[in-house]
Amino acid sequence: MATQPQRSKPIRTSYLTLTALVLLFLLLWGGTHWADEYQVRLLNNVAIFITLAVAYNLINGVCGQLHLGPNAFITLGAYTAALLTMTPAEKTLNFLVTPLYWPLSQVSLPFPAALLAGGLVAVAFGLLTGFPVFRVRGDYLAIVTLGFGEVVRVLANNLQGLTNGPLGLKGLYPYTNLWWSWGVAAAATAVVAALVNSSYGRALNAIREDETAARAMGINTFRHLLGAYLLSAFFFGVGGGLLAHLITTISPSLFTFFLTFNLLIIIVVGGLGSTTGAILAAAGFTLAGEWLRIVEEPATLLGFTIPGIPGMRMVILSLALLLVIIFCRRGLMGRREFSWAGLGRLLRRGAAGAAPGAGKI
Amino acid sequence: MALLHTEHLEMRFGGLSALEDLNLAVPAGGLYGLIGPNGAGKTTVFNLISGFLKPTGGLIVWDGREITGEAPHRLTDWGIARTFQNIRLFGELSVLDNVLVGFHCRSRATWGEAVLRLPRYRREELDRRSRGLALLEEVGLAEAADQPAGKLPYGHQRRLEIARALATGPRCLLLDEPAAGLNPQETGELILFIRDIKDRYNLTILVIEHNLRLVMGLCQHLTVLDHGLTIAAGPPADIRKHPEVIRAYLGK
Repeated sequence: MATQPQRSKPIRTSYLTLTALVLLFLLLWGGTHWADEYQVRLLNNVAIFITLAVAYNLINGVCGQLHLGPNAFITLGAYTAALLTMTPAEKTLNFLVTPLYWPLSQVSLPFPAALLAGGLVAVAFGLLTGFPVFRVRGDYLAIVTLGFGEVVRVLANNLQGLTNGPLGLKGLYPYTNLWWSWGVAAAATAVVAALVNSSYGRALNAIREDETAARAMGINTFRHLLGAYLLSAFFFGVGGGLLAHLITTISPSLFTFFLTFNLLIIIVVGGLGSTTGAILAAAGFTLAGEWLRIVEEPATLLGFTIPGIPGMRMVILSLALLLVIIFCRRGLMGRREFSWAGLGRLLRRGAAGAAPGAGKI
Repeated sequence: MALLHTEHLEMRFGGLSALEDLNLAVPAGGLYGLIGPNGAGKTTVFNLISGFLKPTGGLIVWDGREITGEAPHRLTDWGIARTFQNIRLFGELSVLDNVLVGFHCRSRATWGEAVLRLPRYRREELDRRSRGLALLEEVGLAEAADQPAGKLPYGHQRRLEIARALATGPRCLLLDEPAAGLNPQETGELILFIRDIKDRYNLTILVIEHNLRLVMGLCQHLTVLDHGLTIAAGPPADIRKHPEVIRAYLGK
């Protein structure tokens, strides 16, 4: 590999990053003006799943802890944010069976404050559960976190005076727009990527590789894992708040283990430990789930009329997942990450392949 | 006074007594050896001193402070570093990153400073990188800095494990069978290497070894364990002639 001049590199990468951000900004601006309602909704969905997947990849891929409870944190974020943005009048309309507990029934906060509160409540829950969770490892940790996920859902179903039980909350104002969802996704990605590429990220990687050795290196594994767990909890909470104000109706049945399972599929397909992979897979998974609806509609192929088969897209999606697992066992990205230098190398190799001899500069 | 000493250290696993009444006294700057046949309890001693096991009886004293049952990461903080008998590198991380993980415990920057890349974090990271590269240069692994640690040849992995332990800034180094799996030539190089780092970093070294040639050539003082009991202690020349040691190693 040829060595490149080192000095101009950081400046060039920051220009490229800035350009990418401006491009994203223009795309979002275009989206708010010209995209139809369905496309906007899809784009919002993609951004929220990017946020959730990036956060999930931190604890599950980077730290290597099989955390199966993100649905608990998403539920908490969704309900907290929803209860805080609703007006007292809307709350009275919703809570018909049992009235909402007092202070909550009167407050109404702006959307950003509610999102932040959703994230913080999730962090508080993380602090509470972190101590028992990180006393165990491996399969046991998976079971404990799975348990917490179910506990929160069951509580949401039964705390009538707080969550309105199985009826859920309806008629939330659709605050979530492209700016909010993509802004949060970009912030989550920036924060998680900065952490993973720092000294703390190296320590988290070390814990995944060999926890005993990491402890011998003076790493307080409990505090490091708890830190990553809480950071992911925060973004789960905020993502939950965004999700609630996108679909505008939430009930406990939305936040079952299937939500966690979808996220798990996303980060495994993307490549455990790769933030880039988590983003690509989150976008791909969300979009594929929608676009594959075509196969469920009646179609005429070579003169044959095929009736629509409900559930067909799930079959195709499963096949796609099987192929990914068979042909790239470590996911699309493995543990690699996107970098401008890497992209440059890829493009140069592509150019060299197209015109042999032209690659040598 | 001894930098590290143990008093009546004892470890039982249920009914099995792995270690009984161990009294070690390692003076500062010493090169101490712990030898004995398989299952004698040598690694148990290391796991007790480095905090991976809590003793069922007795005391461990480090630099005048009792450290019995402290957590491993605190002991590393106080200057006790160790290597492992079966090499435990962070296989997927690069050689340089392995060493940088060792420096992490001396970091003062908080999570927030690291994420926001504030000046103190940036300073520390630059410092870590230059010291890490210098350390790799010293142990002869500078050319492999960007390779994944798991892909290194076996002898180099041993060296990297020692380099990584050095990165934590220890005063005492516990080496668990550093010569395991090395050929005679590599063992000779290892002896020189250990002597070299001991002088350069002003270390106290406690080494577990099977390879008698290595310990005899390296250590000033030996303690011999058999079935958890201390059967002899003294300078290598005496140990070589000790009837109990001959019996334990060769059988009667």
